[in-house]
Amino acid sequence: MAKYRCPGCGYVYDEALGAPREGWPAGTVLNAIDPEWTCPDCAVREAQDFVPVEEGAR
Amino acid sequence: MSTATIPSPTANLAWRDGKRYLWLLGALIPCLPLLGWGLVSATGWSVFWFSGPLFLFVVVPLADFIVPSDPNNPPEEMVPSLEADRYYRWLTYAYLPLQIGVFVWGAWMLSRGSLSVVDKIGIASSLGVVGGVAINTAHELGHKKEEHERWYARVALAQTWYGHFFIEHNRGHHVRVATPEDPASSRLGESLWAFLPRSVLGSLRSAWHLERERMARCEKRTFSPANDVLNAWSMSLVLWVGVTVAFGPGILPYLVLQAVLGFWLLEVVNYLEHYGMLRQRTASGRYERVEPRHSWNSNNIGTNVLLYHLQRHSDHHANPTRRYQALRDFETAPVLPTGYAGMIVLATVPPLWRRVMDRRVLAHYNGDVTLANIAPGKRAKLMRRHGAVEHAAA
Repeated sequence: MAKYRCPGCGYVYDEALGAPREGWPAGTVLNAIDPEWTCPDCAVREAQDFVPVEEGAR
Repeated sequence: MSTATIPSPTANLAWRDGKRYLWLLGALIPCLPLLGWGLVSATGWSVFWFSGPLFLFVVVPLADFIVPSDPNNPPEEMVPSLEADRYYRWLTYAYLPLQIGVFVWGAWMLSRGSLSVVDKIGIASSLGVVGGVAINTAHELGHKKEEHERWYARVALAQTWYGHFFIEHNRGHHVRVATPEDPASSRLGESLWAFLPRSVLGSLRSAWHLERERMARCEKRTFSPANDVLNAWSMSLVLWVGVTVAFGPGILPYLVLQAVLGFWLLEVVNYLEHYGMLRQRTASGRYERVEPRHSWNSNNIGTNVLLYHLQRHSDHHANPTRRYQALRDFETAPVLPTGYAGMIVLATVPPLWRRVMDRRVLAHYNGDVTLANIAPGKRAKLMRRHGAVEHAAA
């Protein structure tokens, strides 16, 4: 399970938690998400733009 | 991390927000109908029932002409503390109780037999201005990451039945802004009156579609209380049924009138925010990212403090979760000739609007009309007029 950050606003998608309100249950990997799904906070960037959050980084 | 294209002023920890106390003026708008009542009582002139439109369409445009504009940006290192300062968000929250209180007061006034129909239309128009500007308050709140602020946004939208706005705006308009696919981005050559039905109906359809898709992903029925369009509209239903039961069905035509005027105001602002602007396709076929050059801006103080910096629209589209007090001006962004209030008045007369704005769109694109978002029906004519040839199939 990895974490990915929206490069626009800093929203973090954590695969372990998913985004249940958006219809992605806990455990949904980013690759299983519609690449055109937009960031739920800013809607400026899409899932395909998200960047991995490195371990140890905030 | 930031997408600012102009450097912020040099580090200056002594920087103070010059507009800090001016933001209090935002709370003046919901008080306008009461102010009108006071002025009618004091002078006997019933024209003051129209205090809302008089203020927005006469006083504010004049103020924008007189008061110098304000290009100040907060230094980047001040932004975190500026955003964390709760004073600013409390000012937006303060709008809500005032708005609801004045709405209930207005419904009571509309039920009184002593007022003429024209007076009541005046009251409804002033309530409509409050409801329309409330959509702007909802806009500020609905973009924030805090869940409670997104609920406050729904409250602000209840009066005008525009609860679907904060869904379509955030997840529809922001994604497709300045493209032909966006119902809320106006096109070069498109009049306000042609834009209105396209935006009102297109945005409604889009909001419903977005929530239907989300409900399907969540494995819930479309008609579920979790559907944000429906739970937002349920607030409108409660509010309207409440005042109708309390004050009688005679107020309903005026409630409809104020709601239409309210969302009309929002849609005119939609019209002028991206007129003619177009994002180009990149080699991969996706639209280029939203940049400051894709929104019209204004630094006029009058409209800016009343609309929580909505006119710093470029920064808002690049950074939608940024709080209003921290929004910046960009030198690369196209600039409107005056504030939104005056531009609203101009937009109602399409020949005048096009005279003022079309050449500004052309100048923004260095005379190349093919770079603009053109109304399909006007394409051939505008291409001829500006000596353009179609490069390739669009």
